[in-house]
Amino acid sequence: MDLTLDQLTHRYGDMLVLDDVSLRIPAGEILCVIGPSGCGKSTLLRMLGGLEQPDQGQVLQGGEAPEGCLNPLTFVFQDFALLPWRTVAGNISLVLEDHGLPKAQVDQIIDSVLARTKLSDFRDALPRQLSGGMKQRVAIARALAVNPAVMLLDEPLSALDAQTRELLMEDLVSLWARQPFTAVYVTHNLSEAVRLGHQIAVLSRRPGRIREVIRIDVPLSERTPGLPELGALQTRLWHLMRDEALAADQELVHG
Amino acid sequence: MAEQSVPFRGGGFRPQTKRGVGVVVFVVLLLFVEWGTREGWISNLTLPRPSDVGATLLDLAQSGVLWTHLGPSLTRLIVGSLLGVSAGIGIGVLIGLFSYVRAGLVPVVAAIFPIPKIALLPLFVIWFGIDEGSKYALIALGTFTPTIVATYGAVDNVDRGLIRMGQSFGLSWLSIVRKIVLPGALPGILSGLRVSLAIGIILLVAAEMLGAEYGVGAYILQAGSLYDLERLFAGVVILSALGVLTSWIIGKFEKRLLAWRA
Repeated sequence: MDLTLDQLTHRYGDMLVLDDVSLRIPAGEILCVIGPSGCGKSTLLRMLGGLEQPDQGQVLQGGEAPEGCLNPLTFVFQDFALLPWRTVAGNISLVLEDHGLPKAQVDQIIDSVLARTKLSDFRDALPRQLSGGMKQRVAIARALAVNPAVMLLDEPLSALDAQTRELLMEDLVSLWARQPFTAVYVTHNLSEAVRLGHQIAVLSRRPGRIREVIRIDVPLSERTPGLPELGALQTRLWHLMRDEALAADQELVHG
Repeated sequence: MAEQSVPFRGGGFRPQTKRGVGVVVFVVLLLFVEWGTREGWISNLTLPRPSDVGATLLDLAQSGVLWTHLGPSLTRLIVGSLLGVSAGIGIGVLIGLFSYVRAGLVPVVAAIFPIPKIALLPLFVIWFGIDEGSKYALIALGTFTPTIVATYGAVDNVDRGLIRMGQSFGLSWLSIVRKIVLPGALPGILSGLRVSLAIGIILLVAAEMLGAEYGVGAYILQAGSLYDLERLFAGVVILSALGVLTSWIIGKFEKRLLAWRA
């Protein structure tokens, strides 16, 4: 399934946050969206997932969702959004319970996603017993459980420390290599963007406009932290963003 | 300059559980009063001897009089607060979920809350009869309003991020309420219950003082009008014990239902 953003414009009160944003997210690819803080990246993602309505423009979905897909547009949140009163398995079954699946199938889905995210030993643990990285893996497992057509990741690694982030990026790459999925990955971290994105869309400071969409041709599996091409690209992205980030930093916070 | 160790200036400002201190303070206070009354510098018109109060309590329990008073009181408290608390939780959740209900009922609740419910007892006697009905109604109304306020506050405090998550996975409205909103509001509802039930006990006694043959309140009133301090204090001790008991029961519920917080 692919997604198209068609001339999205959005305001909060009389502040323009997104201005005429058009983008295409092709099936089976990861699109990273980067931009300085407050540029409307997260708003954009919520609109993609139908959690917020744009003032003008529309989000279009094209093509059929894969078979057995329970929730075509599935989020992974920065703060994990796990129910603290449910175990790891319970948090995953939460999103399956409304679909009237037989119990055996629910168990089988839970086993399979836990195995894919290397969490099989933590089935009955409560979220408070898990580290940040593990919690985000549970959230990713939960997203995989509904067999999504498009994953919408909202700064999924921002709340984690650098080492955990590195490990989880490797996990995401190997998940994608196993079964390519469509994803929109919002981040302010340039190294995540160049590691995970087939395309990178750079948004400008408020109001958010698309400044540039960059394609990276190096396959995901060959991208290692020290690769010179990625380093050069990261520097280029930083030059694109630097002045905007500086200006964004010195802006007064409105509301 | 000679090296010195850096002086420690952190720590403190963190309540810790100190077992047994409460009991010690209690026992010391009782011993102090016992000593005072025996020595005579606390006159027996001011305070009864704790040992005499104990003896009265023992006598009450052995003669069975305790149960003739405690039985009706417990029934009134349980029936009344069960009615009030369940209605309060129900309406509190509705206020938390629906803006129209909130707009309509919050001012009403704010208007009812500060009314001393005991002032309405004569009215309740007309409405619900002079027997148990009016007492149930009084306790129910008294526990109802604080439970509403605690419940909708608890619903308001449920993490909106979790609700967004539920919506983003296409959960039905009912599933979101049942599996996210209610469990998320439970800690707040339970702590509100502590306040509501304490108010319930106060109203129980007030209602029994105004018109009941049996009940802890009636017993205390009788003792008071005869200036029988031992019996008066025995009644007060029973009430305190009732308060501690309800608080303990809620504590047990919290341990069971909120084990995930730890």
